[in-house]
Amino acid sequence: MDKPLTQHIKKDGSWLTLKEYEAVGGYQALKKVLTLAPAEVTTIVTDSGLKGRGGAGFPTGSKWKTVPMGPDAPAIKYFIANADEMEPGSFKDRLLLEGNPHQLIEGILIGAYAIQARFSYIFLRWAYHQAAKAITQCIREAYEAGYLGEHIAGSDFQLDLSLHTSVGRYICGEETALLNALEGKRANPRSKPPYPTVHGLFGKPTIVNNVETLCNVPLILTNGADWFMKLSKTGEGGTKLYGASGRVKKPGLWELPLGTSLREILEEHAGGMKDGYQFKGVLPGGGSTDFLTEEHLDVPMDYKSVSAVGSRLGTGTLIVLDDKTCPVGMVRNLEQFFAQESCGWCTPCREGLPWTTKLLDSLEKGTGKMKDLDILTFQTHYMAPGNTFCALAPGAMEPLQSALKLFRQDFERHIHEHKCPWE
Amino acid sequence: MSMTNILIDNVPYAVDGSKNVLAASLSLGLNLPYFCWHPALHSVGACRQCAVLKYKNAEDTKGKIVMACLEPIADHLRISIEAPEARQFRAGNIEALMTNHPHDCPVCDEGGECHLQDMTVMTGHNCRRYEFKKRTHTNQYLGPFVNHEMNRCIQCYRCVRFYKEYAGGKDLDVFASHDDVYFGRHEEGVLESEFSGNLVEVCPTGVFTDKTLKKHFTRKWDLTDAPSICHQCGVGCNIIASERYGSIRRILTRYNGDVNGYFLCDRGRFGYEYVNSPQRILAPAIKGDCALANASPEQAIRQISAIIASGKKMIGIGSPQASLESNFLLQQLVGPAHFYAGIPRAEGKLIRRVITLLKNGKVRTPSLAEVKDFDAVFVIGEDVTNTAPMLALNLRQAAKKGPVELVKAMHIPEWNDAAVKDIVQGTTGLFYIATPHHTALDEIATRTYHAHPDDIARLAYAVAQHINAFSSIAGASSSTADAHSPDAGTTANPDADFEALSKSIAAALLAAKKPLIVSGISLYSEALLDSAASITNALKDQAKDPGLVFIVPEANSIGLVMLSDQFLEDAYEKEEPDEDEKPSQADEDTAILLENDLYERTFKGQTDLFLRRQKNIIVLDSLENATTRQATHLLPAATFAEADGTLINNEGRAQRFYQVHQPDNAVRSSWKWLQELQSAASSEPNVPPSASTHFDSILQSLVREFPELTAITTLAPAAGFREGTQKIPREPHRYSGRTAMHANVNVNEPQPPEDADSALSFTMEGYAGVPPPALTPFYWSPGWNSVQAINKYQIEVGGPLHGGNPGKRLFEPSNIPAAILTPNIPAPFTPTPGEWLVLPLYHIFGSDPLSALSPGIKERIPQPYIALNDSDADKTGILEGHYVEVLLNGQKQRLPVKLHTGLPPGTAGLPKGLAATAGLQFPFSTTINSGNHD
Amino acid sequence: MTPENTLTDAEITEIQTIFRHFPEKSAACIEGLKVIQQHRRWVSDEAVRGLAEILEMSPAAIDSVATYYNLIFRRPVGRNVILMCNSVSCWIMGYDQVAACVKRKLAIDYGETTEDDRYTLLTIPCLGTCDHAPAMIVNEDLHRDLTTENVAAILNTYE
Ligand SMILES: Cc1cc2nc3c(=O)[nH]c(=O)nc-3n(C[C@H](O)[C@H](O)[C@H](O)COP(=O)(O)O)c2cc1C
Ligand code: SF4
Ligand code: FES
Repeated sequence: MDKPLTQHIKKDGSWLTLKEYEAVGGYQALKKVLTLAPAEVTTIVTDSGLKGRGGAGFPTGSKWKTVPMGPDAPAIKYFIANADEMEPGSFKDRLLLEGNPHQLIEGILIGAYAIQARFSYIFLRWAYHQAAKAITQCIREAYEAGYLGEHIAGSDFQLDLSLHTSVGRYICGEETALLNALEGKRANPRSKPPYPTVHGLFGKPTIVNNVETLCNVPLILTNGADWFMKLSKTGEGGTKLYGASGRVKKPGLWELPLGTSLREILEEHAGGMKDGYQFKGVLPGGGSTDFLTEEHLDVPMDYKSVSAVGSRLGTGTLIVLDDKTCPVGMVRNLEQFFAQESCGWCTPCREGLPWTTKLLDSLEKGTGKMKDLDILTFQTHYMAPGNTFCALAPGAMEPLQSALKLFRQDFERHIHEHKCPWE
Repeated sequence: MSMTNILIDNVPYAVDGSKNVLAASLSLGLNLPYFCWHPALHSVGACRQCAVLKYKNAEDTKGKIVMACLEPIADHLRISIEAPEARQFRAGNIEALMTNHPHDCPVCDEGGECHLQDMTVMTGHNCRRYEFKKRTHTNQYLGPFVNHEMNRCIQCYRCVRFYKEYAGGKDLDVFASHDDVYFGRHEEGVLESEFSGNLVEVCPTGVFTDKTLKKHFTRKWDLTDAPSICHQCGVGCNIIASERYGSIRRILTRYNGDVNGYFLCDRGRFGYEYVNSPQRILAPAIKGDCALANASPEQAIRQISAIIASGKKMIGIGSPQASLESNFLLQQLVGPAHFYAGIPRAEGKLIRRVITLLKNGKVRTPSLAEVKDFDAVFVIGEDVTNTAPMLALNLRQAAKKGPVELVKAMHIPEWNDAAVKDIVQGTTGLFYIATPHHTALDEIATRTYHAHPDDIARLAYAVAQHINAFSSIAGASSSTADAHSPDAGTTANPDADFEALSKSIAAALLAAKKPLIVSGISLYSEALLDSAASITNALKDQAKDPGLVFIVPEANSIGLVMLSDQFLEDAYEKEEPDEDEKPSQADEDTAILLENDLYERTFKGQTDLFLRRQKNIIVLDSLENATTRQATHLLPAATFAEADGTLINNEGRAQRFYQVHQPDNAVRSSWKWLQELQSAASSEPNVPPSASTHFDSILQSLVREFPELTAITTLAPAAGFREGTQKIPREPHRYSGRTAMHANVNVNEPQPPEDADSALSFTMEGYAGVPPPALTPFYWSPGWNSVQAINKYQIEVGGPLHGGNPGKRLFEPSNIPAAILTPNIPAPFTPTPGEWLVLPLYHIFGSDPLSALSPGIKERIPQPYIALNDSDADKTGILEGHYVEVLLNGQKQRLPVKLHTGLPPGTAGLPKGLAATAGLQFPFSTTINSGNHD
Repeated sequence: MTPENTLTDAEITEIQTIFRHFPEKSAACIEGLKVIQQHRRWVSDEAVRGLAEILEMSPAAIDSVATYYNLIFRRPVGRNVILMCNSVSCWIMGYDQVAACVKRKLAIDYGETTEDDRYTLLTIPCLGTCDHAPAMIVNEDLHRDLTTENVAAILNTYE
């Protein structure tokens, strides 16, 4: 079982029906969980070392632990699967959503049981129409089979699950912004503290977890924490969906042990660079991570190791920069995305990102000046983590700050040659 | 308040541990820039301007940027405001904010009193690096009060936070996202909120500015200002009024932590324009053969004092719009027996009752500011938004109190507004409203009850009885559950509904920490006042800490009735002349009328009759009206803008207002005219009258006659007060153009007028520091040119002013048995077929005749209409907008019909204070002819 | 006088079913906007007012939400809405040539609708199919591995 997460996903693009999912052991983990105490479930997940696959890598069990439990806890709690996946260059959750929604539903059920939630949601981005169809049908099946609703699998546990399709904004994926979106409001992020685990949706304790995170949960409960821990190469627990896009031979998505090296993903699974293209750099975990270059290729793709070399595992989906693509243009494209998707709440992001974009635009057009590079550097400090209200703008600065260091000459050439050298 | 030791830039301070770093720093007098934070709206962390460096411990040398407004004060907290990293961040943040700003200060109304300007200078950002196009927006027409210029916006979100969240407005919001965010209306149009004018002060830049000021714009530093009191309702908000070239240019909030805090209502802010009206009476006039002809002040004084000296029968009619001092001098002039409070008896008796209940009762009336701290509210018979707007604003805050207290119990500080809102999720506390019709506050009410005033009183009495009964039931709090239940009282049985409702209100009030009862005289029902007081008495007996607020109609309603218990009808009915006078002299009568249009107060016929009996009608007033047109002698009285005086508000708080400028015409305070008349009348003919007495000595004689008013002598420093050797200047020291502004008349700069009546001067010279609070004409501090300079005048932000909040409460409850209430429960109201009982309807714009003369307000005044109960209308086939014939005081009037107002069957409503309804005495019965609709 | 709500009975019923699932009617704001858009492609001012009435919110509050989100259309759109991914992987793979092709074929720019009301062309952030870049969505159909050669044929299938 080297691909526990995706092994059952069919190649023809159709999703597993309830019958098919049950045939491969689906909902067995749930049935087991219903015999355990909620705290036991959380302990198992904690012990497995599972870290959030949504980008921040926060240990899942530890997060669940902060939810108020016991007789004094609020009667209503919420459990939410974050299926917003809008990070540029990320396309991992789509596979799980389109291929096996029951696995996600079972993960939600287990998580909801662990925190004793009463309601749950799947927060899905609008563009995933195929996933919406799959989820809608699977939810219906799960209700009909008694996995959702009252007396789940004959127990006292009850949970309702609904699908919410977002009307589009990247910020909706930020967990507190997501809560506002679910409440039908503008999806500006909320202030933390208080954390959603205590005051979340409609003011009630709420867990938000990424789709991939949750899909791992039934596996952990079925096979145990140790098993999960041993799946990885470097001791952080589990497998990971890694992807690659850009000018590689075989762009795609693969489930591999957590800690597989960047080189292996790039050269073996993605087949190396396309003929005629050279590797220049890579964003290892989606659009809001720092560039890595040739020298970093042997880094194991786990949370700790990627941080150690100055980037982040993020979503684990590589965006590959080749030698025929302008790094300034690539960063400009990213910053334009972030500027457009800023919620407009805090000053640095709302005003700083459009300025950054305009500077990059001007560099691309050949009208940039050397002092613009200083301003860009200033922006990366100005929008550093902690300086903004949420993590969007600091994330946006990651590709820029690393590009300014790693591809400095390319920036300068734009200025000196008064045009984009790649044009 | 727990004091906590912290280090700011390595200087130790002890600060209030419940605050955040920004509020604490500002309270310490440190300069730390901010935008989205506001002392009344608290912290949301949006603008990122208040960044400081926070160190982990004593060893940490690097520190980390945090937002001061979101950083709780904690023991041994070590922060730096001055660290280069923090300074750079703040300068960079302003630089970012300014990328799209139009830099149009020279043509911006905010220029010179702009928080954005101040903060930009404070951070040292002065070199522009942004070289790209700015984004631009189109502006909206927002009505007669507020001007919109979106390009100046720095997206601090304060406007929506105030308008929507604080004031409950519905029609201003934020649209779009990223750097396109737009603050305005869904579509162009008049801002609906009664508090829209506060946007002018809440907005830290020039997006929302005062449109009435724009019509005759003057820079802040060129205005002559004075501390004043709003005359537009009974609440007594503190204002700053400003003048240039002889006209009043605008009104700003004057912070008073006990009264209106940071805000004003739109009637108060924009209702000043009548002061500049072309209908102002500027010169004395004397009736010749037929018409009034202008006269010199000397002529007028000579003629009028001769009448007074003749010893003929003379009466004086005072006014709730005029100061204590003016009313008092008139009373002195005519003698107390001949002085009448210029309001109808029904109203006067009710105000007297309010005074009795407040003075002798069991329960303290809270200040306007304290109202925010009550966690359950029961409004009895008042449409508060229209009868005391600022009270309504604070009641909205009280409605949030209960839920916010719960959040505080979760260790989330109240100032973390973003967090509090996310948790509270818009839930409101226990709030009950019993009124004859829908009111704007209904939307925050737990339950409403719409009924005839008698039935409202019955409900209130029932609540009091339940509270008394609860003493025997230990578990009173257990019944609060059904107070929340929306089903309580929706059965088909009205008696059971009434019972359930009164029970749930009683339970809610008992469950609250601090229950508040609000009532008033607007429905002219003593039963309402008494029933309100019996509730608070009952609560007090249950060892609760209740509050009781009564709303009175006018700026000096209470003060006037404290001077006299004789009312208009007493004057009118005095058919029989005094015993020692011969009946034939009756038509020789003289009436002196003080700032009072009697046609507003009493029926035309009645008023005509009274005035016809007077040989001499001596009128002191500021604006032409139906009464001044009847005058035989007319004296140009000052408005609040040209007068000093004292007012007593609904709380029994005496407050001083000062004249803003010295007009270059004959206009002067009524009390000045009266004491000139007095001294002229009592001096020998041909001997010039003795030197006039000053304001302070009038105060002295006033309190000699009325010892219970003694506190009014301590409201403000006396005229002789000096800071060092200096008076307090009404003009800021940057006042410009003084030598040139009258050069078209005389190239020599005129001698500035002397102010002998106060410690204020009419000049820019004088004391430059923070003056005593009652004498503060404007706010300014080095680096702080906007209204936010107020921080520097407060002991701590949002707290009392240095020297204490001005104003003195005149009564505290003394629990005198005389005030003990014998419940006088009215019978239930039963409609008489074919008859309608007409109740007054109040409008913030329109029900106050004086502010209604202001052009801006005029645009907002409703057309006359009659409101009917839906089912009554149904029966007679009347539809919304139909015209009906209403018999008003014997006269037929055609009025369009308004339905869906919630009025109970058998009642109708007419807007009070409009020209069409002037002089009507509410409530009254009438007939309505629905004959031919169109 | 309350003017007739411009929303159809079908729309109103659908919206009412939704808000029953929420603790507050206003929480159904986004869902309500989606319903309206499904029925009439875009959300007009009248529809905003109609929804406001049903949810007991102010039109301003509805519009504040409506204008926040990328996929609520507050201006008319054509029968077919083309959403062209313009994010990083598609950019690397040359989406702009494909987009140029579309623009030329339809003679419109981003944000515009063809005169026959057949197409509206908009951009959309990353569609999560980066291994098959460039990509676009037309109505609800995802099209991947676009080239300047194949895009015209795809569009032709939409009437
Ligand atoms: C701007 C922004 C966008 C985000 N978008 C997503 C997203 O689309 N999907 C996701 O799972 N997490 C996203 N996150 C992370 C979430 O805030 C949150 O950390 C995550 O859903 C938690 O789940 P996990 O602990 O299982 O990773 C985003 C964060 C930020 C700051
Ligand atoms: S960094 Fe600020 S403006 Fe940007 S998305 Fe987060 S809260 Fe909104
Ligand atoms: S004042 Fe602190 S972030 Fe705005």
